[in-house]
Amino acid sequence: MDLKELYRDVILDHNRHPRNFGRLESEDRGGEVLHADGHNPLCGDRLSVYVRLNGERIEDIRFEGSGCAISTASASLMTEAVKGKERAAVARLFDQVHRLLTHHDATPDAALGKLAALSGVHEFPARVKCATLSWHTLNAALEHGSATVSTE
Amino acid sequence: MAANVSPFSAPEAYDAARVRRDFPILATQVNGHPLVYLDSAASSQRPLPVLRAVEDYETHSHANVHRGVHALSQAATSAFEGARERARRFLNARSIREIIFVRGTTEAINLVAQSYARPRFGPGDEILISALEHHANIVPWQMVCEQTGCTLKVAPINRRGELLYEEFEELLGPRTRLVAIAHVSNALGTVLPVKRIVEAAHAHGAVVLVDGAQAVPHSRVDVRALDADFYAFSGHKMYAPTGIGVLYGREELLAAMPPWQGGGEMILTVSFDRTTYNELPWKFEAGTPNISGAVGLGAAMDYLESLGVEAVAAHEARLLALATAELARIPGIELVGTAASKASVLSFTLAGVHAHDLGTILDTEGIAVRTGHHCAMPVMTFFGIPATARASFGCYNTEDDVARLVAGLGRVREVFG
Repeated sequence: MDLKELYRDVILDHNRHPRNFGRLESEDRGGEVLHADGHNPLCGDRLSVYVRLNGERIEDIRFEGSGCAISTASASLMTEAVKGKERAAVARLFDQVHRLLTHHDATPDAALGKLAALSGVHEFPARVKCATLSWHTLNAALEHGSATVSTE
Repeated sequence: MAANVSPFSAPEAYDAARVRRDFPILATQVNGHPLVYLDSAASSQRPLPVLRAVEDYETHSHANVHRGVHALSQAATSAFEGARERARRFLNARSIREIIFVRGTTEAINLVAQSYARPRFGPGDEILISALEHHANIVPWQMVCEQTGCTLKVAPINRRGELLYEEFEELLGPRTRLVAIAHVSNALGTVLPVKRIVEAAHAHGAVVLVDGAQAVPHSRVDVRALDADFYAFSGHKMYAPTGIGVLYGREELLAAMPPWQGGGEMILTVSFDRTTYNELPWKFEAGTPNISGAVGLGAAMDYLESLGVEAVAAHEARLLALATAELARIPGIELVGTAASKASVLSFTLAGVHAHDLGTILDTEGIAVRTGHHCAMPVMTFFGIPATARASFGCYNTEDDVARLVAGLGRVREVFG
């Protein structure tokens, strides 16, 4: 197992300086904010994802919380990757990320961009859930929003 | 169990290298390194005498217990009941009627919660625990509170992770029916003044359950000297297999308690009109028990006493003092839990590095530590942290293990720059 494969510079950088970190408030620029909390009870990681949709498009996204380097960097990379994308494209991206995290033979698709930095995680099965927590939380926010809109 | 033993004190008579040879798993290579096992507080490893006792029982003596006249059933019964007598001696209990075999500490506490507390307690009654408790000594009491309307009170701790004894005493009152307290904190290693707690609780007419899961591997427990009403522990933290543990209960209390689970073994006669229950201790042991586990537990008690519980505790205290001094010198390390009296456990955080990243990096160096909340989320909340890394020591750990841990933490700091 190669630690450098897991803790790549991109991961360490996003852990130290997470992008899009913080909350989104409804009154900031108008528009309802969808929000979900993700919790990994095994390790105590907690994060909250805030999304503002414009129709089907993710107009803005932020996250906050505390977790390990993998969960923080994954959340940070996710916010960069999904901002401006349609929901359907986000779902496809999650599928690709999930495959990257869990399949040994997965070669990063060009569409993954910086998310490819997470490819080392599959060597560390105990840490896959760290990397997927933010994605599951984003899904919850989007799904919850489609049922009953939660505003913050 | 005092940690105030200098690492530079008298030369060791205790031969940890010889002890290590009794534990075949310690020869394992992990990620290309010899294993350094520093997670005994979660589960200890098993020595050859325990492995052999279990194998010998399964190979030559297994049948169901208390049921047959045939030779194997008698052999199994004798092995199982022999282990009960062994546990009685281990705890210095008065009678084997006070030794209930359970799956572990969690089941023992649930048994007392459901069979002692639930039928007796009601609104206005109070159960008193400490802020140091493992979830297994919190949740069963919360369930009883929901079921009966009684109230859970929590005695606070200070920043060193010590029970605030005066505040604990103030919470004791005429409404306190039961005190449930850890003997040793699993998350921080704090040794609690259980004898004093038992005396104070008894003065208020409350019964006391002691969660001894983290204490039995590191100290001689004498339930009569302690005067505890209930004492619970697990086998797997004291070099025995998983799935076996003991609930000690004072006979007069156990005799007055209804059975917890119904089934075979716990009955004398069954008819559709009326069932009569078996006598102690079998009244509380419905179903076929973990026979080989009990045999392994008995062997583990023999093993621990052959090393000398006090000698093991002194050895672990030396390692704890050494590790505490070494880690304190590493920049960014913060020790969590610095009680004056500690056993076996060193919980810590490293600035800028989450405990899980630390655990993963140590694992690549072959070093096993526990990371997370240690089933004690309220303790983590008190310190305002999500998780710690916890190194814990057993009879087989050495100074070299401490040196490897220190080197491993250096590697963690390298990776995270």
